[in-house]
Amino acid sequence: MKTVEDLKRLREQLQSDNRIRHSAGTQIIVGMGTCGIAAGAREVLTAILDEIAKNNIQDVNVTQTGCIGMCEQEVLVDIVRKDEPRISYGRVTPDFIPTLISEHVVNGRIVEERVLGKITK
Amino acid sequence: MKHIRSHVLVCGGTGCASSGSKKVMESLKQELELKGLESEVKIVETGCHGFCEMGPIMIIYPEGTFYCRVQPEDVPEIVDVHIYKGRIVNRLLYKEPISHEMIPNFEHMQFYKKQMRRILTNCGHINPEIIEEYIAVGGYAALGKALTEMKPEEVVAEVKKSGLRGRGGAGFPTGLKWEFARNAPGTQKYVVCNADEGDPGAFMDRSVLEGDPHRVLEGMAICGYAMGASEGYVYCRAEYPLAIKRLHIAIGQAMDMGLLGDNIFGSNFSFHIKVKEGAGAFVCGEETALLASIEGKRGTPRPRPPFPAISGLWGKPTNINNVETFANVPNVIVDGAEAYASVGTPKSKGTKVFALTGKINNTGLAEVPMGISMREIIYEIGGGIPDGKKFKAVQIGGPSGGCLPENMLDLQIDYESLIAAGAMMGSGGLVVMDETTCMVDVARFFLNFTQKESCGKCTPCREGTMRMLEILTRITEGQGREGDIELLESLAKNIKAASLCGLGQTAPNPVLSTLRYFRHEYEAHIRDKKCPAGACTKLSGYQITELCKGCGLCKKACPVEAITGEIKGQHVINQEKCIKCGACMAKCPFKAIIKG
Repeated sequence: MKTVEDLKRLREQLQSDNRIRHSAGTQIIVGMGTCGIAAGAREVLTAILDEIAKNNIQDVNVTQTGCIGMCEQEVLVDIVRKDEPRISYGRVTPDFIPTLISEHVVNGRIVEERVLGKITK
Repeated sequence: MKHIRSHVLVCGGTGCASSGSKKVMESLKQELELKGLESEVKIVETGCHGFCEMGPIMIIYPEGTFYCRVQPEDVPEIVDVHIYKGRIVNRLLYKEPISHEMIPNFEHMQFYKKQMRRILTNCGHINPEIIEEYIAVGGYAALGKALTEMKPEEVVAEVKKSGLRGRGGAGFPTGLKWEFARNAPGTQKYVVCNADEGDPGAFMDRSVLEGDPHRVLEGMAICGYAMGASEGYVYCRAEYPLAIKRLHIAIGQAMDMGLLGDNIFGSNFSFHIKVKEGAGAFVCGEETALLASIEGKRGTPRPRPPFPAISGLWGKPTNINNVETFANVPNVIVDGAEAYASVGTPKSKGTKVFALTGKINNTGLAEVPMGISMREIIYEIGGGIPDGKKFKAVQIGGPSGGCLPENMLDLQIDYESLIAAGAMMGSGGLVVMDETTCMVDVARFFLNFTQKESCGKCTPCREGTMRMLEILTRITEGQGREGDIELLESLAKNIKAASLCGLGQTAPNPVLSTLRYFRHEYEAHIRDKKCPAGACTKLSGYQITELCKGCGLCKKACPVEAITGEIKGQHVINQEKCIKCGACMAKCPFKAIIKG
């Protein structure tokens, strides 16, 4: 490291790795109740993590939640972009993940035909 | 490749390591592999969170869930329930001592909420053995700013303006000290970091070195630039092996990155840091004794002047600051003097880390703004006194400090107010005492410590503390005489005035402050041969009251057959035979046995 600019560049690159310890912009929430797991939530979660890594998407947190009572519609995946309402998708399968990530998470376009509902605060 | 969705922070500080965090970490690694989660969850070993009472501590992100007292057998449940399914393991959450409320997120815990963490901000949140983690949170930006945007004299001026004062004890203005060393004639100068933290109950410097070592190195390098020194020493006591290990790792990584070494950031400034291990003498925390020890000589103090700023290590101009002082420096440079000085009281700026120990619910480290009251620290951050006992006194500033009673709890803490109250900031150890603590015995304990640690070079300290200790011991054993208090006071005055170094000059403080606020306890010991707190075994005995039902349990429990009495009749303790072990009192089902 020779200059202050080198330090700054390194810092910016490193910050994205540790962003998880601060609040992130977009949250992806996977339903991991017994019903969700039985319907394949684990495979969906793995697909999400792969897709995020593949596209090098920053500023995203992936968390899980329990059963919300719509077991019929599992696997449920909710996406909350910063300052936007929480959108629930139902019957999500791993093959839908690339579309979901590129459309909603990256470009902010809700994939209407798969939406189950909108949760506003 | 997978996106890392979760970071699991496990505390690897000395406190948590001794309560088993290494095993927790191993078990976590195994369990994650078993579930096939190792590629999406990262384990981070951190330094001390300052809440050692609750260790081993684990924080799981992104939720920020705080689990305490985690044992290896809890790990499968954490992995299955929290990391796999995303649910919180309630039974491992922290429960507030007063409200019994369960708090999932550490930011909402009373212990952390009231704190202002500037020095400890990274402790427990970054891996101290990886320099990149420090850089990611802004590390070495202060050094970069100082070297490329500021002249050395501007750095000195900024530190002076910030009002930063030495955190090791006396509170000398840091900027002024730097200026003395800068203006001293000579080409070879030294920066020394005093990490010989020896006060009983103080562990903030250890935690900073273990949890955020680069912050201290950065502060030292900035100091070197400001005063024109190219070499620095960290004098760390050998009892801190983890701190020493992490210092070596940190120095190595900083050298590899070019953040220490020659021509840092392409400037003309070069700075090298060495670690010197102390051999455990308390007096080596005194600056002249410390310098002698680095030089390989016996660690004894010498008279000042000349001060180290003029003639220090190997006779060269030397600046010595404590760990916490250096840890403040990057903040002063990055945020600027004004922002730094916006916190605190008119004469004491910034924050101070206190080590809470003794009879207090939340043992640990509390970083608070200067000017906060003792009551806020003890009751709001510390969670009050355990077992519903009554507060009696708080010992502040280690063996050089003093004991403050309950009516001083609302005192605003800064350097001046503590001196006026007969205590001192010292390194910031706070030992809380409840009603069962005897203040004469506390004074004896601290004097026993300083007496043993006296290097013996000057007579007032060597002989005087010995005589004071003899008097205190005899008072606690019921052999106190009329005139002992006056004798203690006159000895204390002479030792304070005539001792060579800070150790002797402050050694009588615990006696003087307990005499000032708890004189009646001394008088009770001497005149009535009674210990009001019931702590001095030679002065307290056990009595069986009329609540006795004559069950005979105490008689069976007594190891020396001092108790007599018939079944269903009043029992009696033979005071001659009694060894005051308390076994009878512990056994009595009717609370019929009292101490006093």
